[in-house]
Amino acid sequence: MPTPAPPSDTAAPARLDVVNLTASYHGRPAVADVDLAIEPRQVTALIGPSGSGKSTLLRCLNGLHLTVPGASVTGSVLLDDADIYAKDSNPVEIRQRVGMVFQRPTPFPTMSVRDNVLAGLHLGRRLGRGPHDDLAEQALTKAGLWPEVKDRLKAPGGSLSGGQQQRLCIARALAVDPEILLMDEPCSHLDPISTLTIEDLIREIKETYTVVIVTHNMQQAARVADTTAFLTMPAVGEPGRLVEVGPTERIFSTPRQQTTEDYISGKIG
Amino acid sequence: MTPLADTPATRRRVRARWRDTDTVFRYAVRAAAALVVVVLVATAVFLVAQAWPALRHYGILSFLSSDRWAPSEATTTARHPNPYGIVQFVYGTAVTSLIAMVLAVPVAVAVSLYLTEVAPGWLRKPLSGLVDLLAAIPSVVYGFWGIFALIPAVRPAGVWLSRTLGSAPGIGPVFAGPFFGVSYLVAGLVLAIMILPIITAICREVFATVPTADKESALALGATRWEMLRMAVLPRSRSGITGAAVLGLGRAVGETIAVTMVIGNSVLSITKSILGPGATMSSVIANEFTESTEPFHLQSLMVVGAWLLVIALIVNTVGKLIVRRTGEDIA
Repeated sequence: MPTPAPPSDTAAPARLDVVNLTASYHGRPAVADVDLAIEPRQVTALIGPSGSGKSTLLRCLNGLHLTVPGASVTGSVLLDDADIYAKDSNPVEIRQRVGMVFQRPTPFPTMSVRDNVLAGLHLGRRLGRGPHDDLAEQALTKAGLWPEVKDRLKAPGGSLSGGQQQRLCIARALAVDPEILLMDEPCSHLDPISTLTIEDLIREIKETYTVVIVTHNMQQAARVADTTAFLTMPAVGEPGRLVEVGPTERIFSTPRQQTTEDYISGKIG
Repeated sequence: MTPLADTPATRRRVRARWRDTDTVFRYAVRAAAALVVVVLVATAVFLVAQAWPALRHYGILSFLSSDRWAPSEATTTARHPNPYGIVQFVYGTAVTSLIAMVLAVPVAVAVSLYLTEVAPGWLRKPLSGLVDLLAAIPSVVYGFWGIFALIPAVRPAGVWLSRTLGSAPGIGPVFAGPFFGVSYLVAGLVLAIMILPIITAICREVFATVPTADKESALALGATRWEMLRMAVLPRSRSGITGAAVLGLGRAVGETIAVTMVIGNSVLSITKSILGPGATMSSVIANEFTESTEPFHLQSLMVVGAWLLVIALIVNTVGKLIVRRTGEDIA
């Protein structure tokens, strides 16, 4: 049986265009009327208070939002000009092209470090059986974890520290060679040192991937993001809206909207 | 107040007073807990005591070295050969339970996956209720249904099995005909349906505890729903599924009336073929205790009961050990 070619390392990062997007749970919009362009090879940060719909917006970018019972979307998300919500789109393929890392590290508890990294590659029989240590090494190197785990590939994924687990999840997401990486508050459960390690990693991987990160931490947005989008809701219980988007430096130095300034200066949120 | 001397004994008393402020309640629950132990021990003692005359007369192990159960050949004096061999009943219990497990566990896992992961929200509750309702059907009704509905329905399949696999090399004896209906196979089928609800209910609980984050991680890697279940849900649930299966096995081993009605109650020797009639440890007791007039007959049925208790205890203990060990693997 011929082994399928390993995924190439050269997939061009894609762009995303959110067009007039409204995402709802059980008919109640959580975030409404969003238009947002996400440029390749950049880090775009979504910031805003709790309930502003930034996580929901992020989960719309790979369609994971629709896997929740009662969830719906209107509008479009264009992945390199093709609407991921078009009738003929393939959710499995889109989720593979648009990878995701979650708040809490989620290594599969029954799998070793190596099997965790290769988990995505074994889907859809993209990869034959075998140790595939080379592919594991590639992905772990990209996630900056290789030196720390190279002697522990057979250890359970859950035996690593929290920060290492999160980088393991990043390695797992990168192993399937996505074009875009979504990160939903990836550092909110990590200590400051691990947080800085992940931020360094984000700055590195944006050379090859398009990165969108949701963060509660404005300093983090300022440290890693090229573009920052600020979302908020007019009142509690109303859907979140995109207030302002621009180069991170400008958003933090001279915001154009009063609400942005209030949030950044700590008056709200 | 004079301070208490600081000895371990006084410390224990102080601790006890802070913990137990309601003596009556404490003794009441202690008595309830003790009752459980008393019932278990008393049952075991009763069985062995009642079986004792037969055990003493024939020897403890002679029951397990014969598959011939022929009460009419028993006399008050002859000790050898033991006319009350019980190996065929152990075999019957093992085979029917095994058939039930092989059929019920995969179906229960599939039903639970459907109920927790696939079924539309509005359907989940009513369908779960229906599955639970299967457990509410009385055993004797399952027996009736087995005789008058299931046996005619599976007869063609049984005949086909005996014609094809019955003469196959190696496995032939397991499927040898003729197939008259009452058989290990039908007993196993009825048992499978009877243990399906308990296994399904536990698997459902187990699957529901898998964190959403784990499932979404798999989906986000590009998994289809089945791949997500295989990657995130099933591995995490392995110990739970084992536990559910063992509980089902516990029920299958002890189930009596429905099995007695469909197994054929053939006691004279082992029937190897799953298409042939036989008896289980519990079915022979139910079938014969009212007319056990031969010497040592009733006492020998007690021996069967005692061994059944031993087997049930072993099944449960082994199962719990497996569950505990696999549980640690995951934690």
